[in-house]
Amino acid sequence: MISDILTAGVFASMIRLATPYLFASIGEMFGQRSGVLNLGVDGIMLMGAFFSFYAVLTTGSLLAGVVVAIIVGLVLGLAMAFVSVTLKAEQGISGIGLYLFGLGMSELLFQKWVGTPQSVSGFPRIYFPLLTDIPVIGQIFFNHNLLVYVAFALVPISAYVLNKTAFGLSIRAVGQNPQAADAMGVNVNRVRYTTVMIGGVLASMAGASLSIALLDVFQQNITGGLGFIAVALVYFGRWKPYGVLVGALLFSFVNALQLQVSAIGIEIPTEFAVMAPYVITIIALVFASRQTEKPDALTKPFERGES
Amino acid sequence: MVFRRFLSRTLDVFPPLIALIAGLLVASLLLIALNANPLDAYQSLWNGAFGSENAAAETLVKAIPMLFVAIGICVAFRGGVVNIGGEGQMIAGAVVGVAAALALGNANAAGWVIITLALLSGFVAGAVYAGIAGVLKAYFNVNEILSTIMLNQIAVQLMNYLLNGVLLDPSEAGSNHIPKTARIVEWAELPRLSFTLSDGVELFGRTRLHWGLLLALILAVLIYVLLWRTTIGYRIRAVGANERAARYAGISDKRQVVLAMLLAGGCAGLAGVVQVLGLQYRLQTDGSASGFTAGAGFNGIVVALFGGLNPLGAIPASVFFGGLLVGAQKMQRDLGIPASMITAINGLIVVFVVSSQIFVTWRSKRRALSATVAVAAPPVAQLETQP
Repeated sequence: MISDILTAGVFASMIRLATPYLFASIGEMFGQRSGVLNLGVDGIMLMGAFFSFYAVLTTGSLLAGVVVAIIVGLVLGLAMAFVSVTLKAEQGISGIGLYLFGLGMSELLFQKWVGTPQSVSGFPRIYFPLLTDIPVIGQIFFNHNLLVYVAFALVPISAYVLNKTAFGLSIRAVGQNPQAADAMGVNVNRVRYTTVMIGGVLASMAGASLSIALLDVFQQNITGGLGFIAVALVYFGRWKPYGVLVGALLFSFVNALQLQVSAIGIEIPTEFAVMAPYVITIIALVFASRQTEKPDALTKPFERGES
Repeated sequence: MVFRRFLSRTLDVFPPLIALIAGLLVASLLLIALNANPLDAYQSLWNGAFGSENAAAETLVKAIPMLFVAIGICVAFRGGVVNIGGEGQMIAGAVVGVAAALALGNANAAGWVIITLALLSGFVAGAVYAGIAGVLKAYFNVNEILSTIMLNQIAVQLMNYLLNGVLLDPSEAGSNHIPKTARIVEWAELPRLSFTLSDGVELFGRTRLHWGLLLALILAVLIYVLLWRTTIGYRIRAVGANERAARYAGISDKRQVVLAMLLAGGCAGLAGVVQVLGLQYRLQTDGSASGFTAGAGFNGIVVALFGGLNPLGAIPASVFFGGLLVGAQKMQRDLGIPASMITAINGLIVVFVVSSQIFVTWRSKRRALSATVAVAAPPVAQLETQP
């Protein structure tokens, strides 16, 4: 029974399905570490998913898809940064606005430019000589597309950037105590613009990973609220890259199990399977709620001379 | 805190006006980009929303659930709780409300008994469902935005489960059924609403407009009075305006947070049960996230913000956004502009409303500054040399 469920295939899907979570959560973590809560991740994901899909559909070039996703992420990240950093708007609500915008806009453009559901040929699986042929291990770890590996590579890279570079120090300082950072000569707003735009690019890539690497289609609301789970994962992971990794793997494991359980015909109502990640998110938020690692300045816009 | 400062100034008519103009501007650019003449589009939108008696009635029908939700959002946001859970709370209210109406209908209860108890149970169900997020925020420090969003998704799945199971219309059994409940008894329906004008003409006589509109208007007044004329409302607003000060004044902030969520969820729950009793006469969905609510739980947030977080302001705002949604259908038929454009524009309006707060803040800062200057009265020359 258990061996029917926990197959190598499940662990392979777990690795694969962690991709959008990792992109979106690592990006969101940068913003939050600098004090900006971007709740519009899901909207940016939807826009990234649509535009990269559309680029691949029309040009046939995966590179074009990625480039377009990055541009979309930069633009929407810039917009979010402008709203939350320069205009100092309430971050939770403006994020919901950005989400609604992305939800409506991606559907509008899809209906107008594409119309009927169709698939694209997305990122192919990479074949590693020898490694892919190792039984079980090869299937689980060495049989994925490029974006999967990029997403996992983001974890050590972001840990390095945050903890070992001057830029990472600025991010943490700005998120903990912007007044002190400002006094030390750090340009608080510039740091926040940068982190929110990094977050935008990664959220957009998270969407692209759905539409041109994992599912190879676009449909209305393709993310199904995945972006919001990604925001919650940052809390769950206590604002640390490896914590986020654990959370992303936990969720993708639940998703993979869900697929496997219905594939081998175990009678669990689909509704409960679909519900599971959301229930787990709430439970995870309760356990992550001591939040001693939470950046002190999270959601607080910076004003010189105020504390 | 920023949110509290934002609250105290939202009453200003300024931000909604800026947001509206900016929204129209972006919408026009978007329409041009989609090869449509903005003037034609707005003309079509207007005709679709208010061009005929039936159009106006449909606009009001669309406004009803959004107004209910928005009234609740006013309470929550005023209490400093960002309740994004309108969708889930609507569903909770509808599920429990329809179950109550069906059970009482089977027991042959009188119409007014069924309606009263169904509304009551819908309110309680929405309140309890929102209360989960309230308790989690107050006592477990769980971000309410995230928890309510998760609860929305959970509610959709629970509803789908129940509509495919115990609540399924008995005549729909079979593998290819539509997920819906049985029809409520006729005498439990909210009556249709029409007005007899002075010249004897009956307005809205043959439309779907129902008594839910009056209920929503009454609720708006009640909640307005509650928020600004009672100590309960004062406490909620005090916590929303300044949590720490309220605590020093002996007001339990935790309890107010839960109370604000209970009230907000109750209003959203009413939105759900009124949709059932007044319009659909059963609970039905296509299984998708907004299959039953049609997004009213989210749009209620837009309405509340646009109405200045005031239940009375939410009334015209709900008609406005109801008109947008209904008019968009006609715009889609006339010009081929997908109605989802309105979702995008709504999102932008939310962003614009919260963004334009800075202009208000900036104005009041200048006012505050000049007041300080008047008191301190430093030499003018010295002031002018300062940056």
